[in-house]
Amino acid sequence: MSAPLLQTSGLTIRFGGVTAVDRVDFVLKEAELRCLIGPNGAGKSTFFKLLTGQLPPTEGHVHLRGQDISGARPHEIARQGVGIKTQVPNVFNAMTVHENLWIAARHKHTPAFATELTDQILTQLRLTGIATKEVGQLAHGQRQWVEIGTVLAGEPELILLDEPAAGMTHEEVERTAELILEINKSRALIVVEHDMQFIKMIARTVTVLHQGAVLIEDDVARVLEDARVRDVYLGKGLAA
Amino acid sequence: MQILNGMTGALIGSAIAAVAIIVAPFFVDLFQIMQLTVFAAMAVLALSLGFIWGYGGILCFGQTSFFGLGAYAYAVSAINFGDSTPAILLAILVPVVFAALLGYFMIYGGISDVYLGVITLTVSLILFNLVNSTAGDFYKIGDARLGGFNGMPGVPTFNLPGNPGYILTPEQAWMVTGIALILVYLGLRVLIASSFGRIIIAIRENETRAALLGYDPRIYKLITFMIGGAIAGFAGALYVNWGAFVSPTIFALGLSAQIIIWVIIGGRGTLIGPVIGCLLLQWMVTEIGAQQALDANFILGAILIVFVLLVPKGIAPTLRGLALSRLARTEAAPPETRVKVKT
Repeated sequence: MSAPLLQTSGLTIRFGGVTAVDRVDFVLKEAELRCLIGPNGAGKSTFFKLLTGQLPPTEGHVHLRGQDISGARPHEIARQGVGIKTQVPNVFNAMTVHENLWIAARHKHTPAFATELTDQILTQLRLTGIATKEVGQLAHGQRQWVEIGTVLAGEPELILLDEPAAGMTHEEVERTAELILEINKSRALIVVEHDMQFIKMIARTVTVLHQGAVLIEDDVARVLEDARVRDVYLGKGLAA
Repeated sequence: MQILNGMTGALIGSAIAAVAIIVAPFFVDLFQIMQLTVFAAMAVLALSLGFIWGYGGILCFGQTSFFGLGAYAYAVSAINFGDSTPAILLAILVPVVFAALLGYFMIYGGISDVYLGVITLTVSLILFNLVNSTAGDFYKIGDARLGGFNGMPGVPTFNLPGNPGYILTPEQAWMVTGIALILVYLGLRVLIASSFGRIIIAIRENETRAALLGYDPRIYKLITFMIGGAIAGFAGALYVNWGAFVSPTIFALGLSAQIIIWVIIGGRGTLIGPVIGCLLLQWMVTEIGAQQALDANFILGAILIVFVLLVPKGIAPTLRGLALSRLARTEAAPPETRVKVKT
């Protein structure tokens, strides 16, 4: 049996006395789409930072296709095929939309092919109209799309999306959901999101984080009906 | 496409400047040629900081370290070899090796931007004190006495490559310095338009994003820093060639600050800006010095404050912005006229 695409074992990070991620065992199969939810401060973004090397784990391991990547630097993990859209958009502000994607595509490809790939993704994301605009001058929702495009241009095999629908209009949210399902035809994704409507549009299996630990991991319908999940989201007394 | 057009413009501008440099000795006297030569040498130094700060995002407060090391490397090897060609190469090589070591420890050590400025400044002061204390016969490299605070006089100036007997005349030295400035400028333009150039700009814009795309920001920053060191060192050789003299004041704080002022006033994030800022301010300082009515540093400080407050982007980007908006207006005009004709 081959190793899963991504596996964490006992993954933990502590900041002083606070355990932000607490012994998380997480398995993602090839080409799987997983949603990760949880209230504010549950450790979702920190978990992503551990997966991408932005933070080194205090304990535990991250394996990518059986290879231990815990403690590796962000660029090393990126080269292994992990791409991330961060919660606060990380983009190249003074550069155009086209240049943002091109830089990502250039890492693996020749300049000419990078241009070709960039144009292709711009078309796919319907960003061609703003290709020559500086990213720093775009609206939040558009910046989110640019960052998603940048991640796609890097051609990762595992894509992490941290709140991809934040700050988007209803219409944009629907398009984002469609896009995620389309990407998932060829690549694995983990999506962190607060918007339950959005989760319902895309989710199959959902993992709920609470206070840094995995609370429940199951099919989306069962997770959303689970009493404990309601408890952590709404606060205990209320849901009871 | 835009880059290509910009490149054509740079080539045309450079060709014009090159012609001007070659014909200049027929129109201006020797004293002014000498002045222009040192201005051009300093403009090469300004380009080195304009590149690493404006494009690499590395604020090096001690760019004079590399300038001074280049100058001393040139002086020491020119005296020993009696030939300027290998001396110029060493004036580039020594600062590059030094930049590689210093840059490695700072960049791979994860030193933040502010401390990088502090460390580079401190290093330039250490070099100043170090070279300053090398007076006496004990401190010599081969035949070259370092001379401490007195500096090294009588350094051989540039000769024809392969012919140490043929020393360039001041006019020829001016042409070499002026053309060298143009070549460094064009070389940097090509570098910035290349993939490497795009990537270092991306890293300047967002280091985290660049790393998350698989680029190791450290190696790119180190190479940028080393290129800056190489150019500054080359400027050092050009400077010594101008005066046939080098002294520890080349490492001093005043010059470090001046380079930064040139870049700020000329325009960070452009290459022509630092050149303009350098030439303009040096010319002003010289004029003010000739008047002896006002203190040059006082004027320099006042100009810096005015620019930071009123023209924060610097001369070149501000002029470019004005030209672009003018262009946009003229481009927008034709449809309007057509409508007018119809009605």
